Amino acid sequence: MALLEVKGLKAYYRQTEALHGIDFSLDEGSITTILGANGAGKTTTLRAICRMIRTEGEIRFDGQDITGLSTERVVSRGIAHVPEGRGTFVRQSVIENLQLGAYTRRNKAEIAADIERVYGYFPRLRERHAQQAGTLSGGEQQMLAIGRALMLRPKLMLLDEPSFGLAPLIVQEIYGIMARIRDAEGTSMLLVEQNANIALNLADHAYLLETGAVVMSGESAIIRDDENVRRSYLGY
Amino acid sequence: MDLFLQLTFAGLAIGSIYSCVALAVVMIYQATDHFNFAQGEMAMFSTFIAWTMLGLGLPIWVAFFLAVAISFVAGVLIERIVVRPVENAPVLNQIIVFIGLLVIFNSVAGWIWEYTIKPFPSLFPKSFGFETTLISAHNIGVIGLTLIVLAMVFAFFRFTRVGLAMRAAAANPDSARLVGISVGWMLALGWGLAAAIGAVGGVLVAPIVYLEPNMMSGVLLYGFAGALLGGVSSPGGAVLGGLVVGVLENWVGQYVPGGAELKLTFALVLIVGVLMFKPAGLFGRIVVKRV
Amino acid sequence: MTRPNPITPTLFFGFVAAVIFGAALPYFVTDFTTFQFTQAMIYGIALLGLNILTGYNGQFSIGHSAFYAVGAYTCAILLYHFEWSPYAAIPASALVTFVVGFLFGLPALRLEGLYLALATFALAVATPQLLKFDLFEHWTGGVQGLFILKPDALFSGWSTDQSLYYVTLGIMLALMIFAWTMLHSRSGRAIMAIRDNPIAASTMGVNLPLYKTVTFGISAMFTGIAGALFAIVTEFVSPDAFTFFVAVNLLIGSVVGGIVSIPGVIFGGLFLVFVPNYAQDIKLAYPWMPPPWAIFGTFLILIIYFAPFGVWGFLERASAWARRKLRS
Repeated sequence: MALLEVKGLKAYYRQTEALHGIDFSLDEGSITTILGANGAGKTTTLRAICRMIRTEGEIRFDGQDITGLSTERVVSRGIAHVPEGRGTFVRQSVIENLQLGAYTRRNKAEIAADIERVYGYFPRLRERHAQQAGTLSGGEQQMLAIGRALMLRPKLMLLDEPSFGLAPLIVQEIYGIMARIRDAEGTSMLLVEQNANIALNLADHAYLLETGAVVMSGESAIIRDDENVRRSYLGY
Repeated sequence: MDLFLQLTFAGLAIGSIYSCVALAVVMIYQATDHFNFAQGEMAMFSTFIAWTMLGLGLPIWVAFFLAVAISFVAGVLIERIVVRPVENAPVLNQIIVFIGLLVIFNSVAGWIWEYTIKPFPSLFPKSFGFETTLISAHNIGVIGLTLIVLAMVFAFFRFTRVGLAMRAAAANPDSARLVGISVGWMLALGWGLAAAIGAVGGVLVAPIVYLEPNMMSGVLLYGFAGALLGGVSSPGGAVLGGLVVGVLENWVGQYVPGGAELKLTFALVLIVGVLMFKPAGLFGRIVVKRV
Repeated sequence: MTRPNPITPTLFFGFVAAVIFGAALPYFVTDFTTFQFTQAMIYGIALLGLNILTGYNGQFSIGHSAFYAVGAYTCAILLYHFEWSPYAAIPASALVTFVVGFLFGLPALRLEGLYLALATFALAVATPQLLKFDLFEHWTGGVQGLFILKPDALFSGWSTDQSLYYVTLGIMLALMIFAWTMLHSRSGRAIMAIRDNPIAASTMGVNLPLYKTVTFGISAMFTGIAGALFAIVTEFVSPDAFTFFVAVNLLIGSVVGGIVSIPGVIFGGLFLVFVPNYAQDIKLAYPWMPPPWAIFGTFLILIIYFAPFGVWGFLERASAWARRKLRS
């Protein structure tokens, strides 16, 4: 059964329709990526799932419709969103950022263990645990954002351009860790990227979005080999 | 020298009351970018509630705690019911709603309890077991109690899960929602806490200025001055700012000709002066950000 | 909302009708009612000043009672101590409040929205204390205030109340036309551009400091003229007539009429004079009712929730709606 199933999703910024009825689904334990140019509606899709904008259509998570829920309720169902721009709590320390990620959970021992687990993936965060998060580098803040999402013990992670603004080496490091997280925890991920190449390498499935509509979908390997995708998105 | 010390201690006492008001103002400002112009009148109303319970024969400390608790609940309700509809409205609309609240509290207090001044008893004993002419027992108690309250507030924000969530919701509401924090309730909680802290200030200042519906207008102005002087982005700064302003007020009142009659004007000058020359205040922080 | 009220045929004939109505009114009502309408127009003038500043220029003032006080006291002092004619004292008060407003506008330049609101709040709260201050007592009369006398009627056929009514009406009409002309000129567009987008306005060559301070001066001047008229018609000024609650009154009137409007100030003024009277009557008849101020506060909040554009904004919306209906 699909973990996330989206049908006829339309999304609006004020009166403007930004998504024109898209369908997609995501299987448990898999990584799906949504590709597309600037303004195609990738971020909007993630924001729609998290109930941060007005939408029409159906969004089913774990078999249940979540369109009537508030953002906080969606999050507590197990969807962790790593937002565009990373959403760092800049005035709070690194460890406080991680504690905030576990806000919906109560068991202190488990939370402490999960912080250790996050440090396992991102040793640099341990080194900087007492530092104000706003002083971290861009790559470190991205790690912190992913770590914060992990603290929810999510069933599904939504990742909005984790490669944005980062040096290629750091991007590789972060994608390597994302793969490790998938393998170790079986967390499903919905990944939005402009960097199609690296996203297709990690993902099992891909959807191609153009101006608010899905124009192509399929297994990553097949999408990657498509002539048009190669020319428009992969650049070779 | 004795006079100078007396003035300074009395200034610290009144200043710690300003600190309470300043902290209440800053808490709401940080969470919502509002100045709650009704903060003073809410504190006045809380004090009248305590006064009424005294009249019913309750011991003063019981009346005090009950008034603080009622104020907390009222603060939460006011945010949820009155402030929430203008959460995303233009700034001017929000300001006008606060002015409306100010007027309502002031006039309802006058309606229920009338505008005559009423003596209000001190929470503290006549003496703490030692004799000094430098500071009254009430003022010692004021400084002590405020310090305890402020320490509790800081511990709450620093060490508790909800305190952390409130800070997060204030600093970055979108991200806060994305970790499952109900930002709306955090704001309401902030209002509740601000109202409760204001109530402490009201009950402490009432024995000094007498209880009446307009008793807080000057205190609120000095609270604002303290908050601005310390930096509206810094709760700790606001507390220090309140203390500084309290001491300054007393010095100016004694040593500057006309200072005693123009205390409100002095607050006005402080407010405009700080806003013009040091808008971030003495302790306002600027975070180093890297991207 | 961005443009000042344009002249439509309806508006023009409405204006003419209102002027005729206003000119005829004293012949049909008692002197006391005339006096009340005079007060309403005085409020209207003060509101006009507030609207220019807050509604059109985007500088928030919740302390305009201070300028009202400056105007009233200047006029009263000139009448009491120097025995000036009121008709000379009013322009003098206008000049003084313009300067005071301009000077307050200088620090206001550095204060954004909320902070300016705070500074003007402090100004309004501090004003009565300043008026009571010992050193000025010789001039201001301290706590007692100053008593002055109403001027004689301009024409022998008029009572003093009727005469003051026409003086006020004339001044109000002149100031409304002045405000309308100013806001429709090139300067007016600059004033509103500053409200809507200060950065864009300054990149387009609008001299921000000059426009903001002069607008502050003009706004204070309007409110100061109203203050001077207030002193003359009530024959008395005292510190307690200029508390923060007067500033709140002005805010209520402005919101009721419509903050971004010129004609709306008339509705605001009428509201401020007549509604409190009715509220007081109701309170006397039904003592269990909450006091008028509590009702006003509630009313203020409700307007902001449901009709933040005020009476005039409502009329504009209604007429736009009617025109759309007629066309289709």
